[in-house]
Amino acid sequence: MELKTIQTERVPVRYYEGGSGQPLVFLHGAGGLDLDLGFLDALAERFHVYAPLVPGYGDSEECGELRDMLDFTLHTWDVVERLGLRNPILAGFSMGGMIASEMAAIAPNDVSRLALIAPAGLWLDEHPIPDIFAMLPYELPGYLFYDPEAGAKIMSAGGDLSDPKFLQAFLVQNARQLGAAGKILFPIPERGLGSRLYRIKAKTMLIWGAGDKLIPPVYAQAFQRGIAGAEVVMIPRAGHVAPFEKPAEVIGALARLQ
Amino acid sequence: MRFTWFNLMPWPYLPDDFREKNRSVWVDIDSRLFDPAKSNDVYNGYLDMLEYAGTLGFDGIGVNEHHQNAYGLMPSPNLIAASLARRTDDVALVVLGASIALYNPPLRVAEEFAMLDCISGGRLVAGFPVGTSMDTNYCYGTIPALTREKYKEAHELIKRAWAEREPFAFNGRYTKLRYVNLWPRPIQQPHPPIHIPGGGSLETFDFCIDNTYSYSYLSFGGYIRGQALMQGYWDRVAERNAPDTSPYRAGFAQTICVADTDAEAERLYAKHVSYFYNRCLHVYPGFADAPGYRTIKTIQKGILSQYAANSMFQQLPWKELVDNGSVIAGSPETVRQRMEDLIKKLHVGNIFCLMQIGDMPKDKCMHSTRLFAEKVMPKLRNVFPEYADDGRFWCKPLAKRAKPGALPVESELGSPVGVES
Repeated sequence: MELKTIQTERVPVRYYEGGSGQPLVFLHGAGGLDLDLGFLDALAERFHVYAPLVPGYGDSEECGELRDMLDFTLHTWDVVERLGLRNPILAGFSMGGMIASEMAAIAPNDVSRLALIAPAGLWLDEHPIPDIFAMLPYELPGYLFYDPEAGAKIMSAGGDLSDPKFLQAFLVQNARQLGAAGKILFPIPERGLGSRLYRIKAKTMLIWGAGDKLIPPVYAQAFQRGIAGAEVVMIPRAGHVAPFEKPAEVIGALARLQ
Repeated sequence: MRFTWFNLMPWPYLPDDFREKNRSVWVDIDSRLFDPAKSNDVYNGYLDMLEYAGTLGFDGIGVNEHHQNAYGLMPSPNLIAASLARRTDDVALVVLGASIALYNPPLRVAEEFAMLDCISGGRLVAGFPVGTSMDTNYCYGTIPALTREKYKEAHELIKRAWAEREPFAFNGRYTKLRYVNLWPRPIQQPHPPIHIPGGGSLETFDFCIDNTYSYSYLSFGGYIRGQALMQGYWDRVAERNAPDTSPYRAGFAQTICVADTDAEAERLYAKHVSYFYNRCLHVYPGFADAPGYRTIKTIQKGILSQYAANSMFQQLPWKELVDNGSVIAGSPETVRQRMEDLIKKLHVGNIFCLMQIGDMPKDKCMHSTRLFAEKVMPKLRNVFPEYADDGRFWCKPLAKRAKPGALPVESELGSPVGVES
């Protein structure tokens, strides 16, 4: 995968590109792309993958003009437009799934294949989604991974939070990334998508880790009820970060959109 | 110098094992720990203490706003200030303040502050905090990365509402109003003095300097730890070429307890100080700083929430709290020396005296307050003689103010004019 930059109306956008085959746009979750680079490599063996970063993620420029759900939705359409893509497969994980759903709902005739991997965007009072914005780093693996111990090792491999220098860099990254994510996910990751799902015309795959403790699989049914003809693929022994934990299975499900 | 007796209104009935059994005093505190029947005495006792302090020569009595917080029982500081307006006479009412980004529309703050100023005869000192992340983001749901933008807009609306004499349309991003036409408007013109409580963000420093507002650092960490932050403020005042370095451009909150001797201070107050520092400040660090609440510039300067600092979560004994300046305690002479040290080192003209500490009972609080007012305060009045005339950051009450409870005696009433008997 190659990291590139494309200019949009509001802000330069960083994106990964690689592979060949049908174009597929992958929208990342609130954690960014760090964990998913391996998944993207595998995905690029079957698709021409484009994975843009939400402004503020990674080394990309922040964009104060993106404030609400409509801004995020239209901004991402702008990115697709600037990449010169027409009707790519639209795939999104978690927060990215929320954005992809909104894109497909706002422009139903421009999206014919949609893959939503544990998407955010709905809220069920009986199944509240835990508050990632109030979690300390050591609490995250329990919600994200099927195997929290393995997850904790992976997440702490980046550095030691008791080292003030690393802590500061970590806090800056958090402020940039989760600060941006908070615009559509804080304090409740729901911005009215439920009332717009009916507009989606795309063939839709809902791909979920059966052991997801952040957005529990009951949300798959809620999305399925909202999107006509949507199929659910449950991946055993996977938590919220299914693309990281079970890339082959996620890609297998995605490939059914080809 | 201006001294404000400040009451955070802590809930005094947190159990001994509070730290062990609860993760936070704030945001998701166990609501069963609040006893509404007991609160009747707590609230009235705290109001009595504020009124008492108002009779002892303090320049102001102060309140602030917190939500879902067991050390701050004032979700609405304006309600408390309204009650105080009627029961006090010449002391300033320092509301530090109303979190302007949390009101919808924020015009509500312009209205309520105007009412307070009118009822009190121009005794209001207004505070506009951005609000802590706990209050603003976690309790009141404001999106962290948009908090400052929303705050700025609210500030602009309130200032215009106070200043303009004709109805105007306000087309904000967060508030749209067709007819802004403030009624009532404040007695103090162009507006009551404004203090901004802050936690060290550069944006807030600049905001105060640019608008001639007083910057208040309401930390509980004491003046020794607060020195670096206040120096940062004064450096910024110099960098931005402010016309003066008046100490009244700044305020500082300090926990203070006074007794006849140093040993007596420990004997009387250590328990209550421990209650506050070790129980009331037990805040879950996940609530300290929502990502996006602080700007990148501020994080890069190494300024973190005081609640995020690990030291705040350790059990701190009396001696350490006193030695590190979190608490200024002792005999009147000890307290005077340390206060003078604070005032000079921080170069602050406004002191917010935190004297209602933790679960301190009324008698001890009155004792400490009276000793401070009689034996400490008078000796500190004149630290900055060259700025004695700087009234920019304090209220200007009407010379002749209404007396509450001044209805005519009923038995002496004649026939009202114009009404036939």
